[in-house]
Amino acid sequence: MMERNNPKGWLYLLPAMLFLGVFMVYPLIDVFIYSFEQGFNFASQSYDGVGMRNYSFVLRDPYFLQAVKNTFILVIFTVPISTGLALLISVGLSSIKAVRHLYQTLYFLPYVTNTLAVGLVFMILFKKTPYTDGLANLIIGWFGAGPVDFIDGPYWAKMFVLCFYTVWVVMPFKILILTSALASVDEGYYKAAQVDGTRKIRVFTRITLPMISPTIFYLIITGFIGAFKAYSDAVALFGTDLNAAEMNTIVGYVYDMLYGSSGGYPSYASAAAIILFLIVLTITCINLLISKKHVHY
Amino acid sequence: MANTIDYRKMERAAAIRRGIGKTITYLLLTLWAVMVLFPFYWMILSSVKSYSAYNAEYVPKLYTWDPTFQNYLDAFTTVPLARYFLNTLIYTVSTTALMLVVTVLAAFAFARLNFKGKNGAFVLFLSLMMIPNELVIITNFVTITNLNMRNTFLGLILPSVASIFYIYLLKENFAQVPDELYYAAKVDNTKDLKYLRKVLIPICRPTLITITILKVIECWNSYVWPRLITDNQAYFLVSNGIQYIRERGFGRENIPAMMAAVVSISVPLIILFLIFHKKIMEGVARGGTKG
Repeated sequence: MMERNNPKGWLYLLPAMLFLGVFMVYPLIDVFIYSFEQGFNFASQSYDGVGMRNYSFVLRDPYFLQAVKNTFILVIFTVPISTGLALLISVGLSSIKAVRHLYQTLYFLPYVTNTLAVGLVFMILFKKTPYTDGLANLIIGWFGAGPVDFIDGPYWAKMFVLCFYTVWVVMPFKILILTSALASVDEGYYKAAQVDGTRKIRVFTRITLPMISPTIFYLIITGFIGAFKAYSDAVALFGTDLNAAEMNTIVGYVYDMLYGSSGGYPSYASAAAIILFLIVLTITCINLLISKKHVHY
Repeated sequence: MANTIDYRKMERAAAIRRGIGKTITYLLLTLWAVMVLFPFYWMILSSVKSYSAYNAEYVPKLYTWDPTFQNYLDAFTTVPLARYFLNTLIYTVSTTALMLVVTVLAAFAFARLNFKGKNGAFVLFLSLMMIPNELVIITNFVTITNLNMRNTFLGLILPSVASIFYIYLLKENFAQVPDELYYAAKVDNTKDLKYLRKVLIPICRPTLITITILKVIECWNSYVWPRLITDNQAYFLVSNGIQYIRERGFGRENIPAMMAAVVSISVPLIILFLIFHKKIMEGVARGGTKG
């Protein structure tokens, strides 16, 4: 028999509990405290009151509002596009036999590469310099469109590159999860549909989609959460001074407040982080409510 | 007969339709493969073009007849790229090693030992999995700063050690090992730690390897925490190094040298991926997320 009570168990847990306690549980409590401490001074570790002033400062800061706007645009475009595209590619992948394994592996490659490093390549592809218009401009030139500086140019162009790169970065994960979901759909359903002579589109909407709907919703939810936390992609494309580039994200604002050219304000950073957390929590709850109605388990 | 001819026609039409469908599918899939590979091709290509050749191309060329390795020399001599590599290696190896020890011990306690409060502790661990990094990083930054551990390896490593998801993954795997082996060991009066070392770890090696690789990738690519905690170049990791190179390194125009640096820091992970792609993809499919 296994022993009923072996207190040594706690000894084995101790290292994990120490690390989690110091770097996760304590900070989690502390971040709320910070966010209510007004006029916190990093050097003297003192503050002059408790209240909502940090929140009202952050919510009125034009840089924060810019970051919120950017983040929402990014979320609204990249989540549906990447999920839809990943679904299309995964369905395509599962319908072929030759080179399927090769492509599957290939598509996953961006997942393991350094976001900052590959982002630099994207920057060069899209950047317009005195020496060259860049490859992206060469391609849109074929369609008669004029050269645009996607990195230092107009807002919509910068936003386009950011969305484009974000989709490129998140695709591997989505394709991988969707192809494994598609592979696990019971063959019997398809055989039955074949016997009934059901058309392909109908098979897709009536069998495939309902069967993988939990996976799709899982991807949408994690996609929302991930896109709300966007940061390194933007740094890779536009550099560390995201406020100057008008391309900051909410997470970027948190880090800039904490440490950066305008840094040294953990209370403002905490308030912004908690606002972000509340936004993500709300969106996730809405997503879960919608999925309850539409997902077939 | 009229009917058979009709069938033949229908079959032929269906075959043609299938053929067209297949062709379109292959075309689209190949298009995406090109989209995925192109940035990698472009970084390698640009890294072997000479500085003058690159800047002379107003219309970028998709090939070069005159590859040079000068840029790689520049990348390793003008900026301390080797230093960044060494730092990242130290950081990755120490963090992963510490993580493995902590994870194995905790997973063992959860999977094999019975003690008061175990279930409560496990639920607490699981609920911590939902906590986003952004919330805790602020206090961690203050903690590490107050401990005077900015620009040290300890400051880099310590907050990255504990990974609840890996504890969970390994605990599930440990729990699959038949209980009989544990009782047999108990009867033989084997110590828990010995049983863990001689039985559990060898049996669960595939999962341990998966966890290790995923953590290595995470460490190699980490950017946010190292950026907060280091402002001294002597402690930069590759991600920060690349960002530094981009903003101040070779002068903004020396893109070939920049690309040589980018290729150099991407190669180790690409090699790792080529060797372990099956394990990596399995591990991620079992519940990994990015970011």
